[in-house]
Amino acid sequence: MSSTLEHLALGFSVAMTPTNLLVAAIGSFLGTIVGVLPGLGPINGVAMLIPIAFAMNLPPETALILLAAVYVGAEYGGRITSILINVPGEAASVMTTLDGYPLARQGLASVALSLSAWASFVGSLVAIIGITLFAPLVARWALAFGPAEYFVLMVFAFCALSSLLGDKPVKGALAALIGLAIATIGVDANSGVYRYTLALPELADGIDFVVVVIGLFAVAEMLQMLENLLTGQKVEVPRSERKLFNFKELAYTWWTTVRGSLLGFGIGVLPGAGASVASAVAYANEKRLHEGKDPEAKFGRGDLRGLVAPEAANNSAATGSFIPMLTLGVPGSGTTAVMMGALTLYNITPGPVLFEAQPTLVWGLIASLFVANLMLFVMNVPMVRVFASMLSIPGWLLVPGILAISFIGVYALSSSTFDLLLMTGIGVVGYFLRKMGLPMAPMVLGVVLGNLMEQNLRRALSITNGEIGILWSSPVTIGLWLLAAAVLFVPPILRRYSVRLAPPET
Amino acid sequence: MTLNDRVLGASALLFAVLMFLFGWGLEAPFAYEPVGPRAFPLMLATLIALCGLWVLLRGRDSAEPNPPGANARIALMVAIIVGYALVFQPLGFVVATALMCVLVGRLFGGGWRQCVMGGLGTGLLFFLLFDKVFDVVLPRGVLGGLL
Repeated sequence: MSSTLEHLALGFSVAMTPTNLLVAAIGSFLGTIVGVLPGLGPINGVAMLIPIAFAMNLPPETALILLAAVYVGAEYGGRITSILINVPGEAASVMTTLDGYPLARQGLASVALSLSAWASFVGSLVAIIGITLFAPLVARWALAFGPAEYFVLMVFAFCALSSLLGDKPVKGALAALIGLAIATIGVDANSGVYRYTLALPELADGIDFVVVVIGLFAVAEMLQMLENLLTGQKVEVPRSERKLFNFKELAYTWWTTVRGSLLGFGIGVLPGAGASVASAVAYANEKRLHEGKDPEAKFGRGDLRGLVAPEAANNSAATGSFIPMLTLGVPGSGTTAVMMGALTLYNITPGPVLFEAQPTLVWGLIASLFVANLMLFVMNVPMVRVFASMLSIPGWLLVPGILAISFIGVYALSSSTFDLLLMTGIGVVGYFLRKMGLPMAPMVLGVVLGNLMEQNLRRALSITNGEIGILWSSPVTIGLWLLAAAVLFVPPILRRYSVRLAPPET
Repeated sequence: MTLNDRVLGASALLFAVLMFLFGWGLEAPFAYEPVGPRAFPLMLATLIALCGLWVLLRGRDSAEPNPPGANARIALMVAIIVGYALVFQPLGFVVATALMCVLVGRLFGGGWRQCVMGGLGTGLLFFLLFDKVFDVVLPRGVLGGLL
C-alpha cells in the first residue's frame, strides 16, 4: 500500500509540472473537438497528433500525456453529437444515441450533456483508481485468456448486443452477421488469399472501419433527415430550458453510473475488447435490470439510465485499456494500439518491465489521466452552452457541414475517390436496411470485431488441430457461453411470462 | 415496391447465396493450419441464410411508405453525394464543398443567398481548419496556386 502511494506521489510530481499540465489541457480540448466531429474518433486524433508530438521534440512522458489526453477528450466529445444530432462522434458512443437523442428531442439536451459528462468523469475516476490498485493483479488474470476465450467473449458481446435490441433479436443478429461479412473482405492475413475483393485492387486491404461507420451513420442519417423533413419533422432539436442536471437526476442514475464504470473497467482491461463492447454490454445490462420491473423504464425512448450506463462504461474502458498495453504490451483498444506505436518511436517497448524501468512514464501517465479527466469535466459542464449552441445551426447549413466533415475523415484516411464512392454506396444500402428495421450498432460492432474474431477462432482451432471442443473446454469459456445463452434467452422468456401475467388491456 | 420483411429476408438469402458462390473457391495453396480462409465466411453465409429465412417466413414488419415526392428528392440527394465524391479530388476541397453546400442547402430548404454564403464559408473555413491547423491534407484542385 505504501508503495502505491509512493508511486502516485511520483506520478503527480510528473503530471503537475507546468509543461505537462498545459499539454494535458491542450490535448483535452483538441480531443473533445475531434470527438465531436462525426467520423473522426480518438484513433484519428491520436494518429494525427503522433507525428506532430514527435516533431515537436516532446519528451516521451509528455508526448504520451498529450496522446492520452486526446484519447479521453475524444471519449468525452463523442457523446455530444450522439445526443444532439443522433450521429455518434466515434464508435464507442453509438450506444449513447439510443437514449441521448430521444432526450434531446424532448428538450433535455443540456441536461443529457451535463449528466453524461458527469457519468464519463465517474467512469474514468473508477478506472484510474482501478489501474492504480489492480494493474498487476488484473494483468495476471487476463494473461490466462487464450484465443478460445477471446472468441467466446466476442460471441457473448454479439449476443448481448442482439438482446439489447429487444423485440427483434433476429434482425440484430442479421445486422451483426452482415458487419462480420464486410470484415472478411480483403486479403486473408494467414493464407494471403484474396477474399471478396472482386478483383479490385482498392479492396485488397479490406474496407476500412471509418468508411463503413461514416457511410452508415453520416450518409444514411442525412437521407433519413431529408425524409423526416419531408414528412414534416424538424431536423433541429428543440432548445432546452435547463442547463444542468439536478440532484434528483444525479441520485436516480448513481448506481447505474457505478455499475457501468465497474463493468467498463473489467471489459476495458481485456485486450481487444475495447470501449465499444463495454458501452454495449453496460447498456444491455442496465436495460435487462430495469425493463419489465420498473414501470418508468423507457429505454430507447429517452431513459437517463440508458444514457449514463454506456457513457460511464466507455470512459472507464478507455482508461482501463491502458492496463494491458502498459503491463502486457497487448493494447486493449485500437487507440492504445496506435499509442503503442508512438512509444516504439521513442524506443520504449511496453511490457511487464516498463513499470520497473520507466516508473516516471507509467505513473506520470496515470496521474495525468486523472488531471485530464478533471479538466475535461470542468471544461464540459460550463461549456455545455457552447456545445448546445450547435442546436441553433439550421438544417441547410448543418447537413452540408456534416457531409463535408465526413468526406474529410474518409479522405484523410486514403486520399482516394474510390473510398468516397464506397462510403456513399454503403450509406445508401444502410438507409434501406435501416428502413427495414435492421439496427446499425451490431453491424458496426461486426465490422470492428470481424478480423479479431476470425483470427482468434482460427488460432484456437490451430492449437487443437481442428478439434472444436476447445471452444468450451475451460471454465472461462463455459462461463461465457452460459452468460451468452442467458442474455439471449432470459429476456424473451421473461417477456412472454409477463405478457401472460399482465391483465388484458381494455 | 414496398419495403417489408419479405424483401429483407429475400435480400439476405440472395446475399448469402452470393457469399457462398464467391466464397466456395477460396482455398489456400499451402495450408499451415486446420482452418482455411473460407471456413469463416461460409459459416457467416450459413447463419445469414438462416436469419434471412426466419425473417422471410416469420417477419411481419413493413416500412412506412415515403410521402409523395420524397423518393425523387432522396434520389437527388444521393446523386449530389455521388457527384461530390467524383469532383472532390479534381475540383479540390473548397470548390467542390461550396457547390455541394449550395445544392444540399437548397434541398434542405435554405434560400439561394443563404446557401451560397454558407457554402463559401464552409468550404474556406473547413479547409483552413483541417488542412492548415490539423494537418489533414485536402485536395487543392483548381485553386492549387491560390491556397
